[in-house]
Amino acid sequence: QHTLEGNRDHTAVIHICLSIYLDRYFQTLYSSLTVVVLVHLSSDVDVIDCSVPQYNNRLDTPLPDVPFVRNLSAEQKKLKEKEKGSWTQLTKEEKLALYRLTHELSYAEMRQGSKEWMTVLGGIFIFLGFTGLLVWWQRVYVYGDVPHTLSEESVAQQTQRMIDMRVNPVHGFSHKWDYEKKQWK
Amino acid sequence: MFRAALRLSVSGARSLTRSRPQYTASVAARSYSHGKQETDEEFDARWVTYFNKPDIDAWELRKGMNTLIGYDLVPEPKILEAALRACRRLNDLASAIRILEAVKDKSGPHKEIYPYVLQELRPTLSELGIPTPEELGIDKA
Repeated sequence: QHTLEGNRDHTAVIHICLSIYLDRYFQTLYSSLTVVVLVHLSSDVDVIDCSVPQYNNRLDTPLPDVPFVRNLSAEQKKLKEKEKGSWTQLTKEEKLALYRLTHELSYAEMRQGSKEWMTVLGGIFIFLGFTGLLVWWQRVYVYGDVPHTLSEESVAQQTQRMIDMRVNPVHGFSHKWDYEKKQWK
Repeated sequence: MFRAALRLSVSGARSLTRSRPQYTASVAARSYSHGKQETDEEFDARWVTYFNKPDIDAWELRKGMNTLIGYDLVPEPKILEAALRACRRLNDLASAIRILEAVKDKSGPHKEIYPYVLQELRPTLSELGIPTPEELGIDKA
């Protein structure tokens, strides 16, 4: 079980159960050791509290539940005050700053892809190539000799035998041999 | 809304020379086999009334906008104008710009919808001082 006391500090209580099987002498026994560990997470680790609304970048949700920047600096707070007045008084930079306070990514930024696919494809090819090297090594150093029946002389004898016994004489193998001229048609 | 235009443009029957595109309002998402269908004008009027609530709160604005973008249509400029004015009442410029971005995104491949919407909203944008995403440079990543 995990319980998070999110509003106080970043302390998590982790309940660990260890089962210890003792050696042959105490075969009938096994004891379970329960250890309660108090883990203090340092404050610079962001623990997402899923019980409150979160910010999200979604094309189908233009206005997220919470603004992106929650903790405003003094300067940002001043800008927010200025926002309450007429927006024609704001400079372009201020308008952009207000947008970026509320939204992390613009629609264009959400839509842009990445070049990750090139990395993935490259990785695939690298590993395929490496596998090819392994297979080649295996062919050279692990496999033994091929059977002698694959030697040129043996294949010639085999072919002659097939011709002699008229293998596939209608449409196939022997059909292509000219028995008069004793050569391939 | 723009659904009729979507059908027309698919068949290629739409002419580019009209100064004002004839986008007829579309019907609500539900189709009943019985019962009254809400007309496009009723749909628009309902949404305009929603955003025109004088004391609309931020949650209602967000909920309304997210729901509207969830529909299979691009909202009419008059609904968007009401939404932008709601943003003004809530002192939320970022949401106003986001709404414009969402409209452009919603148009999808129909590139002519967004300039038309901007054209219709131009008086409101100038009056309230809302910049378009293009003016801020956030239309390009």
